[in-house]
Amino acid sequence: MIELSHITKVFNRGQANEVAALQDVNLQIGEGEFVVLVGANGSGKTTLLNIIAGAEFPSEGAIQIHGEEVTRVPEHKRSRWMARVFQNPLGGTAPELSILSNFRLAALRTSRKKLVIGINEAFKASVREKIAGLDMGLENKLSQPMGSLSGGQRQALTLLMSTMDHTDILLLDEPTAALDPRSAEIVMQAAQKIIQDYGLTTLFITHNLRDAHRYGNRLIHMVEGRVARDLNAEAKSKLKLQEMYEWFE
Amino acid sequence: MEFYLSALVLGLCLSSMALGIFITMKIFRIPDITTDGSYTLGAAVTAVLLTRQWPLAAIIPVTMIAGALAGILTGLVHTRLKIDALLAGILVMTGLYSVNLNVLGRSNIPLLEVQTIFNALSIFEKPLHNELWVGLLFLGLISGLLAYMLRTDFGIAMRATGNSESMTRALGINPDAMKITGLAIANVLTALSGFLVAQYQNFTDINMGIGIVLVGLGSVLIGDALINWLGIKIIWVQLLFIMGGSILFQMMLAVALSLGVNPSLLKLITAVFVLAIVGIPRLMARRE
Repeated sequence: MIELSHITKVFNRGQANEVAALQDVNLQIGEGEFVVLVGANGSGKTTLLNIIAGAEFPSEGAIQIHGEEVTRVPEHKRSRWMARVFQNPLGGTAPELSILSNFRLAALRTSRKKLVIGINEAFKASVREKIAGLDMGLENKLSQPMGSLSGGQRQALTLLMSTMDHTDILLLDEPTAALDPRSAEIVMQAAQKIIQDYGLTTLFITHNLRDAHRYGNRLIHMVEGRVARDLNAEAKSKLKLQEMYEWFE
Repeated sequence: MEFYLSALVLGLCLSSMALGIFITMKIFRIPDITTDGSYTLGAAVTAVLLTRQWPLAAIIPVTMIAGALAGILTGLVHTRLKIDALLAGILVMTGLYSVNLNVLGRSNIPLLEVQTIFNALSIFEKPLHNELWVGLLFLGLISGLLAYMLRTDFGIAMRATGNSESMTRALGINPDAMKITGLAIANVLTALSGFLVAQYQNFTDINMGIGIVLVGLGSVLIGDALINWLGIKIIWVQLLFIMGGSILFQMMLAVALSLGVNPSLLKLITAVFVLAIVGIPRLMARRE
């Protein structure tokens, strides 16, 4: 599904503050894999995610998605394969637009945004039904601006928005880092359900080792821009939480 | 009465520009001051074509294309060269001064002997009433089309671009292309203001655009203050308030003139008005 070969990313090349965020990373992520990425700050997790999303281009190396070379394809064009939830709850939604308008755009992620009015009663009903599934009581607030909701509500809705249009890949960049524990739990449960229901290939960055231990079927530990550990489903299921803590000591 | 009615029609003519500035400033959050140039460009194209007896049906699209090109140019400079929007606008605006002068061929063209859009209607006895209706119909059409566009899927994508760029990209929208389109639309609206004002005042002058962006800015700020105060969420009502802001602004200038202020001070008064609109709420906020 996703294939990274010899990916290197250097920021500020040739300057005093040169940083090698990724160094010769080779990674193959198969369809339906739920990869959890852990690592200390600056280990290259977010850069890796950005390079897969197309928000940044690698200094060296190549990326393929579905066997198609996409190394220089910009983010807005790669979005036909992938949906993304940002660390900042503000990142994935437009705060001044209504919930409904946000969902409308999400429903058009892979297609053109035409000069036609797409929000009709049928669309409203389908969004209402979807949102009702979250059980947050938001289904009656469709015309409220997204910005009036809490961070947890917004992250849950962003997740749900990723299912409004066809998607293969879900990128979760610390989606619960800005949330209180209860909201974080709700968002992770919603994510788990969506990933299973739609069989999404997922990349999930987290600093919460409990979540890293609990979710996913592959675990990658990054250290200084390299893949230090790569555990498959079996190895991951045998891994003890305590062992993971020891990686970070 | 006539005097204020005339200010109202002028406010209507300029409200097209205010709608343009609403798009750049409030929807895209880009400070675009191409306005000074594209306004005069619209007026210059109109004057030249009118004196050559072109029909209005042909002048309107040409004016719109001219405005769009000005906006696209600013958009390209801003997005492709990553130059600050303010500087991009200044560059294009300054360049347009020469373009406008060459379009006009001299520093001004009177439009007294030609058939203008404001002569198109002759239902009422008083010409001013006919002019008012021409203005109302024209702006009704423009704002109606704009309101429709902002409600379409494309319009929602436009509004999202200024609101959350990270989200836009993640949802398959090219923010740069959106910004260029937005600047094009805004400057089309501005050029249409030039088209209207030239015909309303019966002349085009190379300097008519100097500082006009402030008039638009003031109009948008008045309209936006009312929109926030009344908590208006419906987009077409917001557009109406922006147009109302433009009319109010002209009324304020008319009041100042009727109080005996020397017309040579008009730009200064405009600047002071805008300063007051921006400054007073900040002073009040500081006090709280």
